[in-house]
Amino acid sequence: MDFISILSIFVLACFIGYYVVWSVTPALHTPLMAVTNAISSVIVVGALIAAAAEGSVLSKWLGLAAVALASVNIFGGFAVTERMLAMYKKKG
Amino acid sequence: MPEGAIDSWVALAYLIAGVCFILALRGLSSPASSRRGNRFGMAGMALAVGTTLYMHHVASMAEIAGAIIAGGGVGWLTARRIAMTAMPQLVAAFHSLVGMAAVLVACAAFLNPTAFGIADMVVPMLGKPFAVIHPVSRIEMGLGVAIGAITFSGSVIAFLKLNGNMSGKPIMLPGRHVINLAVLAGILGLIGFFVTDQSPWIFWTVTGLSFAIGFLLIIPIGGADMPVVVSMLNSYSGWAAAAMGFTLHNTAMIITGALVGSSGAILSYIMCRAMNRSFISVIAGGFGGDSAAAGGGQAIDRPWKRGSAEDAAFLMQQAEQVIIVPGYGMAVAQAQHVLREMGDKLKAHGVRVKYAIHPVAGRMPGHMNVLLAEANVPYDEVFELEDINSEFAQTDVAFVIGANDVTNPAAKTDKTSPIYGMPVLDVEKAKTVLFVKRSMGGVGYAGVDNEVFYRDNTMMLLADAKKMVEEIVKSLD
Repeated sequence: MDFISILSIFVLACFIGYYVVWSVTPALHTPLMAVTNAISSVIVVGALIAAAAEGSVLSKWLGLAAVALASVNIFGGFAVTERMLAMYKKKG
Repeated sequence: MPEGAIDSWVALAYLIAGVCFILALRGLSSPASSRRGNRFGMAGMALAVGTTLYMHHVASMAEIAGAIIAGGGVGWLTARRIAMTAMPQLVAAFHSLVGMAAVLVACAAFLNPTAFGIADMVVPMLGKPFAVIHPVSRIEMGLGVAIGAITFSGSVIAFLKLNGNMSGKPIMLPGRHVINLAVLAGILGLIGFFVTDQSPWIFWTVTGLSFAIGFLLIIPIGGADMPVVVSMLNSYSGWAAAAMGFTLHNTAMIITGALVGSSGAILSYIMCRAMNRSFISVIAGGFGGDSAAAGGGQAIDRPWKRGSAEDAAFLMQQAEQVIIVPGYGMAVAQAQHVLREMGDKLKAHGVRVKYAIHPVAGRMPGHMNVLLAEANVPYDEVFELEDINSEFAQTDVAFVIGANDVTNPAAKTDKTSPIYGMPVLDVEKAKTVLFVKRSMGGVGYAGVDNEVFYRDNTMMLLADAKKMVEEIVKSLD
């Protein structure tokens, strides 16, 4: 993909983000932060590429460390969001 | 399948993962759809990870599995055990991990650029072949490592302040604005230079300076401004992911980065608006430091009324409607459960009970809502400032617990007040205000005295928030 198509995706995604986030109810702003935390750990994709590649031992170990850190976030972030959301109940 | 066809499937998979993340946030528009949204998020993540592992020749599957299990285990256990009152520091800690992961990935990409497909091999006539990183990738990588490092060190400081390992008071270095601007300019200049020269010293200096600036930016910011800081760091962690997405040409990362980046930015904006402060003044820091001593002085002499738990119970029993206004003090005292008990008792007496939440109550956006939800308060009894503020005038009792600045009428009338212009809850319009507070001496984070304490219709309930509410519950029997 060339730079300009990637930039297009990025700019359009910013607009989607803007409208989607304004529609989030303020009562759920804490879960919003927890779940954005979890999904920003999609950076694990880069970590996996580094950890899977051959060629540089140091790079591989940095990648593995990043995989571990991102995994803390992925499992922790989704689990804590799930736990919080389960607490929101309606009357009765 | 031919190579090109596989690439298209992979790109499609990452795109679907990105869409899943959009749906995850979209689900949060109401508590009813929120859990389905969270499942979409998990599915998107599984798809992104699965696709990456499937696509790359993995030389070290066992190690990767080990890293995922170790990290995932720690994360899952923490998520299960963490107290809801500790959510702000947990989120800050998680932000620091995203930042560090971004730094590590950028370093790995710098050390082994061919694995990421961002470099061309150059084979000179003499000497060893070496990888030349694409100029655009160098900028993206430089920005990625810089934002990641700022996110990491900034979040560590935010965590230490929220967790109480470090004083919430702003720490002011002399000439800090000059230092900060110089360091920022240095980072940007070096990233620019990095395009022409891919020497390791430039990359590592950018990394080092970015760690330093993250630290310097957050230490002068006081405890009450933490909701803005936590949201801002949330935003940074997104931009870091987006920058790495540019480096890797990965749509899932770019979409996610943009979503998270805008989410954090919008939350910061909402928090700033709720405090009537500009983003710049929050970042410049220093709020809630020196002014505290000045405002507290004249408070002592003025007459005020003190009430007991029995008085409070009696007043609320007689009321038609009670609005409870919780703040950070409720979280500190862990009073949310006993508060809900009080609400139940009142409802049994035929009193209508509602909760009013100011956007900056607590230490992060939505903090109070989560605590009340934890205590089984139904979310349709909990209202935001603009939805309930007009009701105080027709309310018999406003019960303020652990909140202060967000109820201060000086924000509406006193142009000299540091909180002038901040939207506040009109508690003083209620027939009676019951104000739970530890002692009369202390003032709120903004360091200003609260007019509400001395009004005729206010009764101060001086005690630990949890103990006071427990006694009220006893008196309600």
